[in-house]
Amino acid sequence: MTHFVKKALADIRLNRFLNLITIITISLSILVVSVFLLFFENASRVIESWNQGGRAMIYLKSDFSLDMLPDLKAKINALGDIDDMVFISKTQAIDKLKKEMSSRTTFLETLNENPLPDALEIRIKTYNSFEEVQKFAQSIKKIEIVEEVEYGQGWLGKFLKIFNLFKITGYGMCTLFFLIALFITANTVRLAFYSRKIEVEVMRLVGATETFIKAPFYVEGLLQGFFGGILGLMVLLITYLSVSSGIDQSLASYIYFDIRFLSLKIILLIIFGSTFLGWFGCYLSLKQILK
Amino acid sequence: MTMDVNNFEDMNDTNNKNLTIRLFNVNKRYGGKFALKGINLDIEQGEFIFISGPSGAGKSTLLKVLYLAEKVSEGQILIEGMNLARISSSKLPFLRRRFGMVFQDFKLIPNRTVYENVALVLEAAGAKSSFVKKKVMQVLRTVGMDKKFKALPPTLSGGEQQRVAVARAVVGDPSIILADEPTGSLDSKSAQLILDFLMEYHKKGATVLIASHNLHLLQSTVRGRNVEISEGTINRTATML
Ligand SMILES: Nc1ncnc2c1ncn2[C@@H]1O[C@H](COP(=O)(O)OP(=O)(O)OP(=O)(O)O)[C@@H](O)[C@H]1O
Ligand SMILES: [Mg+2]
Repeated sequence: MTHFVKKALADIRLNRFLNLITIITISLSILVVSVFLLFFENASRVIESWNQGGRAMIYLKSDFSLDMLPDLKAKINALGDIDDMVFISKTQAIDKLKKEMSSRTTFLETLNENPLPDALEIRIKTYNSFEEVQKFAQSIKKIEIVEEVEYGQGWLGKFLKIFNLFKITGYGMCTLFFLIALFITANTVRLAFYSRKIEVEVMRLVGATETFIKAPFYVEGLLQGFFGGILGLMVLLITYLSVSSGIDQSLASYIYFDIRFLSLKIILLIIFGSTFLGWFGCYLSLKQILK
Repeated sequence: MTMDVNNFEDMNDTNNKNLTIRLFNVNKRYGGKFALKGINLDIEQGEFIFISGPSGAGKSTLLKVLYLAEKVSEGQILIEGMNLARISSSKLPFLRRRFGMVFQDFKLIPNRTVYENVALVLEAAGAKSSFVKKKVMQVLRTVGMDKKFKALPPTLSGGEQQRVAVARAVVGDPSIILADEPTGSLDSKSAQLILDFLMEYHKKGATVLIASHNLHLLQSTVRGRNVEISEGTINRTATML
């Protein structure tokens, strides 16, 4: 094994330029992919925090009366996994509001009738995405006595649509760059193979097995993929560090938005992915050459 | 002459255990042209064989069909009891490890050093690196190329390249050595050294086949059997003393 690694390293050194181009191409692709991942990881987290961890307000119609409450609770519970459910009567709501606003205005005191609806505040126990919350809310809305379900669907929903559009673009870009990197890697292996045509021929003649002949190419592909991945992530990290230190801290806290770097899991996944890319490019091209 | 192929193999197993190479009615055609035609040849274990004949006679082709660089068009070949027609591609490398070949065009890898070129044979066979180092340097010393072990083949003279090619052929201690014009680029003194060198392996029990049109040199140095071919057929075989 060390023999093959040594050989592959020697070959990379020998074909410095070609290998450098390949590694840079792979790292660029990895950079594009990881920028998208960075964006999505952060955006999802921010959406979650804006959504306050799956919280939703259920506003009830005015003909609701307290004796309907147990039946309603049962219905909602049947729809999904609810963490906790708090009933807030319109009286409680207006009192709370009055307390909060008393220092500023006496407007509420002048009202004859309570304009607020009865409400239930719920928190959904397990949910993976904003879409799940959305679906759940829609099914609650179908219950007779429910007037409206509030979970920030208005502007958050619109943001989500844009976000999803980004996501699709992201997937498309990632696929495109993956294919480009794959093509370049496969091509490099092909060139390396042809530049070593005599060597391969001689190896066959002196009794080398196909595995022995192919192994250095695979090691080379794996190394290219691995180093390409590391390089791409390093560029991303450096960019991230210089950008995030430049962001105005008060602005960041105001919009509740601190950009975090990729999680370790994603980093390992990216490196694994790019290494696989190197291997796969090699596999494709050797399969084609050694038909 | 007709002979059942299976019968032919049985004969090898029962009566002629010391036969290492057998060719039976071998034809090799390139396009419509015969490079080998009706070759029948039995070679015993440990024989020293010259294959002589003019340029284009089919000497190289005869060696090539033995290690399956070329497939025969018709006929059968047995190597140490194995029928070449029945060797799968996964077994082919193991067949080739029994041979040590000196190619007419040397086939040295230009961007690998002398050492790496010779070591390749042992590495391909999975030898330990400590053993490879010792063995390669020892063989290079005997052909007088140990001082240039770091050189790249294109920087060597034709004769030097040829000596590296010979070193590579014998480094794996093969049971059969096939040498195609192994002295072609050498002066008579160096040629003599190489022949003596191959003779050493013959004395140790290896079967040696040398193809050369320079019969004069060969005849004057060693004894063995001369197989003379022209236009793809064996003209005559003669045992020299
Ligand atoms: N790959 C090939 N394709 C077509 N014809 C070939 C091929 N190899 C050899 N031949 C032909 O087969 C015949 C025998 O060639 P071979 O190389 O065996 O001769 P040789 O005896 O080794 O000659 P020399 O002494 O010049 O090396 C020649 O006529 C040659 O042109
Ligand atoms: Mg020849």
